[in-house]
Amino acid sequence: MSAKIKNYSGEVLETKDIKDGKVLTEKFRPKAKFAWSAGIAISRFLDELKNGNIIATTCSKCGRVMVPPRIYCEKCYGPTDGWTYVKDTGAINTYSVSFLAADATRLKEPIIVAIINLDGASEGMGIIHRIGEVENWKEVKFGMKVKAVWKPSQQRTGAITDIKYFKPLKEEKP
Amino acid sequence: MSLEKITNPLSARHWMGDMEADYVYTLGVAGERFFKEIKENGRIMGAKCPLCNIVFVPPRMYCEKCFEKLEEWVDVGRKGVIHTFTIATIDVDGSKLKKPVIFALIKFEGAHGGLIHKIGKTDKARIGMKVEAILRPPKERKASINDIEYFKPLE
Amino acid sequence: MLGKKRVAIVGAGLTLFRRNLKETGKELSYEAAKMALDSAGLELRDMQSVVMGSAPDAFDGVHMKGEYLADGAGAYHKPYTRVFVGGGTGVFTPLAGWWHVASGQFDTCLVMCEEKMSSCYPHPQYAFTTIFDPILERPIGMNLVWIFALEMHRYMHKHNVKKEQIALVSVKNKRNALDHPCAQLGAKITVEDVLNSEIMCWPVQRLDISPTSDGAAAVVLASEDVAKEVTDNPVWIDGVGWCIDSTHWTNRDLYYPDYVECAARMAYKMAGIKNPPKEIDMAEPYDPFDYKELHHMEGLLLCKKGEAPKLTAEGVTQRNGDLPICPSGGLLGCGNPIAAAGLMKVSEIFWQLRGEAGKRQIPGDPRTGVAQAWGDLMQYGSVIVLRR
Repeated sequence: MSAKIKNYSGEVLETKDIKDGKVLTEKFRPKAKFAWSAGIAISRFLDELKNGNIIATTCSKCGRVMVPPRIYCEKCYGPTDGWTYVKDTGAINTYSVSFLAADATRLKEPIIVAIINLDGASEGMGIIHRIGEVENWKEVKFGMKVKAVWKPSQQRTGAITDIKYFKPLKEEKP
Repeated sequence: MSLEKITNPLSARHWMGDMEADYVYTLGVAGERFFKEIKENGRIMGAKCPLCNIVFVPPRMYCEKCFEKLEEWVDVGRKGVIHTFTIATIDVDGSKLKKPVIFALIKFEGAHGGLIHKIGKTDKARIGMKVEAILRPPKERKASINDIEYFKPLE
Repeated sequence: MLGKKRVAIVGAGLTLFRRNLKETGKELSYEAAKMALDSAGLELRDMQSVVMGSAPDAFDGVHMKGEYLADGAGAYHKPYTRVFVGGGTGVFTPLAGWWHVASGQFDTCLVMCEEKMSSCYPHPQYAFTTIFDPILERPIGMNLVWIFALEMHRYMHKHNVKKEQIALVSVKNKRNALDHPCAQLGAKITVEDVLNSEIMCWPVQRLDISPTSDGAAAVVLASEDVAKEVTDNPVWIDGVGWCIDSTHWTNRDLYYPDYVECAARMAYKMAGIKNPPKEIDMAEPYDPFDYKELHHMEGLLLCKKGEAPKLTAEGVTQRNGDLPICPSGGLLGCGNPIAAAGLMKVSEIFWQLRGEAGKRQIPGDPRTGVAQAWGDLMQYGSVIVLRR
């Protein structure tokens, strides 16, 4: 603020005053519901998840294999020209150990979430998912190899959650 | 590429969800005073701009025309005139109302703007009809626009 | 110079930034706008156009928020635009204002940013869940803090940066904010306080994050002729830049914000800046989290990749250092009413260049300052170069 201005506007309230009704308020809960169209690319992606596969689209001009798949390559703005399966294994690009749920409430047991670069996709192509079957979150490392753990086929519905989580792949002893 | 036309989003491959949130709106500096006056004193107030010579209803902190801060508040009384109205037959969520409800924009004499509210105790309305605010009993008032129960025709 | 006319900032105003303010969004807008006009010695009728920046409608809980705020922003019967690019809004709004005046269409423009996050319950963070892809990301249970945690962790891993080094930013900014009269969280904290604070989403801890806030900010823009009549001390907008990447944020290496570099290069080219660390006297990069200041310092080409923690540890970024960063106290110290926070940074550079920053004034004779904001799904950068 400029040193020349002496008075600053704003009537400060404490959260407690609002909760206790000391300040007049009006409450409202919007009730809008949404049916988001999956679109052309993701509709196929979801179908393939139901079958236990992860599918990507390719742009031969840029030489990219992209997941999540899309109908246009955002770099060259051309239509993507093919579909190809990628593996359900990959490496951890980055991860976080969250003690917060989606609604900002605190969790006793943390959720481990990671960006996983999938094998078969272009370098750096990641998807976000949870990491499971980890005893202690400090075991998780950058670059750690992981594999998808799928729901049994009769429970899959065509959703990203058809993969329950990714689990660490134990290194095979030579 | 598919160019089929549909009108129901549920007919296309979709994912259901909602955008949940609860909102608690403070009434604001001007709003709090306006609703306190209705609740505690049964008065409908406006705010006067000394430069533009306009009384705003509902009252506000500043004049939108000249940006002057508004300090003078006046009682605009309970009587008003219907400026325009509509007869609603469907509810907020699109379902049919049991009985039609008349909503009107009611202007107060000498004031700019007005209040949107229900016209009660009648099933007919007319532009230019004189009406009066009927307030709920003091202990039922919550400092809300619904502290005015409805506007009653004076004809 | 790009554009038909040179554009200057001639006045600025801010409300307090706090977790809860009583004023409605309209009233907050009015208070900041009136203060800006008064500081420039101008009236509402002198403003030929108005640009408003405000982040998601989901915070205030009023759909068509731009239209709702318009009269509080002084836009009654005026040409009016609302812009929104997430967190980048606060620096993007004066850029949009710059278009209005530089194009020659208007001589003056009132630029305004407002945010009232307190209306959203249980917590404004919850409104953010809808930025994520509803099909591929929300079902995982996304919380906003995750994206920052993932980015912070990647930055730390790539450059082998420890939490203690990053915590120094939070310590510096909160201390700087003690000298800002509108600040929400000015405080004397230590690195240990940060490292002992509650773990939110590792590696993010409570004292690494800026708070949610209510607040508004405004600046008055004028073309060269008008600016010279109105003040002896105009601050010129010499460079503007903005850039966006896609929402495929999981397909990027998050350790470096390419899009911020892109926006910075655009602004520096316009301003004729060839050697940013030497030619820029101070910077206000966007710091919603402490690691973000480092991330953005590098994106703004103020130092090499991975070098920002070292400069911070050496005191270079303190107010009396060679390159003061966030002398205002930043978002970490002043608060984060998203759009208003970015414009607060622009105002800070404005006051610093005029020598009006009081206790926060950086010594010497600063002539060039840069403010930057960042937004959306790790994808947007807006940069402004101001000069005296």
